[in-house]
Amino acid sequence: MNKQDIIICRCEDVSLADIHKALEMGYRDFESIKRILRVGMGPCQGQTCEHLIKNEIARFNKVNPETVKIHKTRPLISGVVLKDIAESQDE
Amino acid sequence: MNKAEIVIIGAGITGLSVAYNLAKKGMKDIVVFDKSHFLAGATARCGAGVRQQWATKLNCILARKSIEFFSKANEILEYEKDIEFKQGGYLILSSSKEEDIQFEKNVKLQNSLGIPSKLLTKEEALKIVPHLNKASFTSASFCHTDGHVNPFLMSEAYYLAAKKLGVKFYFFNEVKAINVTDGKVTKVITDKMEVITKRVVNAAGGFAKEVGEMVGLDIPVYSENHEILVTERTKPLLDPMVMSFSMNIYCQQVPHGSILMGRNNPDALHNHDISSSWQFLDEMAKTVNHILPEVAKQRVIRTWGGSYNISPDFQPIISDSSISDFYIACGYSGHGFMFAPITGELLTEIIIGEPLEDYANALHIDRFKDMEKIDKEHSVV
Repeated sequence: MNKQDIIICRCEDVSLADIHKALEMGYRDFESIKRILRVGMGPCQGQTCEHLIKNEIARFNKVNPETVKIHKTRPLISGVVLKDIAESQDE
Repeated sequence: MNKAEIVIIGAGITGLSVAYNLAKKGMKDIVVFDKSHFLAGATARCGAGVRQQWATKLNCILARKSIEFFSKANEILEYEKDIEFKQGGYLILSSSKEEDIQFEKNVKLQNSLGIPSKLLTKEEALKIVPHLNKASFTSASFCHTDGHVNPFLMSEAYYLAAKKLGVKFYFFNEVKAINVTDGKVTKVITDKMEVITKRVVNAAGGFAKEVGEMVGLDIPVYSENHEILVTERTKPLLDPMVMSFSMNIYCQQVPHGSILMGRNNPDALHNHDISSSWQFLDEMAKTVNHILPEVAKQRVIRTWGGSYNISPDFQPIISDSSISDFYIACGYSGHGFMFAPITGELLTEIIIGEPLEDYANALHIDRFKDMEKIDKEHSVV
């Protein structure tokens, strides 16, 4: 299958070919690729693409995927501390 | 041992612009260090707005000259993609007599410096953004040549152009020490390597004060967290950036379709915190719901924070220093991205010893020796 037709990030319409081009240009970690291609910035916040991209970064850098950092999880998609919920009952 | 003609600390928009401009003037052996990955700091966290409506002469000139560059940046830098320069204008709302008086003064100053801003009545403002809450403001000022630039792509354009001219970038290299001998910089030491150099540029953004301390220089700046949120991509809702100083909001739809908005926290501590708080989300939602109820119907998908590096007069420091060949570009007070083009040009002139235009002498760090005389910028969020 053509790399251009394999969609890696559905929110921002980024293909496998785009990911490989970014890696070849020298953007070799998730946060850098995110800034150039917007992967992880759409409504799903990387929940679909992050593991796929992690594997591509690992393959390119010839390292174990477990050592590849993915991007920072940002609110609103993140766990909530129960104490914060308990203490925000001011209204 | 590695040698460099100059070492630039920080590969954010400021360091990138300085590196590109120096290389374009023919300087060789330029090294740029960054402690993290590409655009880890404030550049990638900024609100993406570029405006010329300021209350001080200095900020107006810096902004106007930078906008001139943004309008030609794709061609000058031979960028294959597009920096997304969009001139939807900035609509700055007034909601009090004091703001009316301030804006009248601002527009007069801006016009005298060639910036085509104007005062608008409420009705005129509503023609530009029909869904503004009529009850939330009384009048406005507007400049149609203000607008938006994509910070990621603008940075990449500088980065690729600088690399093409031979600038060497080292990411994940945190500067730990700068050696000074007889009042002159001699060596920069990172956690991974050492470089012998004649000159150093401090373009460390939120960490500019700490980098100054490495050479014993006290730069009167501090860092402060400013939070932002972004909505899902949506239909065209806002052409200009809508802003209010008194209601504490800036809000713009970027070409991508998502809407960015931010406000300051008057109780923010002076430190390197860049975390997200629920208080911001709560206050931001209430503010935007009051001024722009149509925008408040959109879904928020992400919030983040970034450092403003704040100077005593909310204007940048672009100058040499009491340490020979140690140069500074910091203290942008939240506006480093929009002033980056002129920063690179001016600091290059300072470094290679070309005469400066008169106005630029006011950017010197020595202006803070007499705090009574500084011309403070008030039009900031």
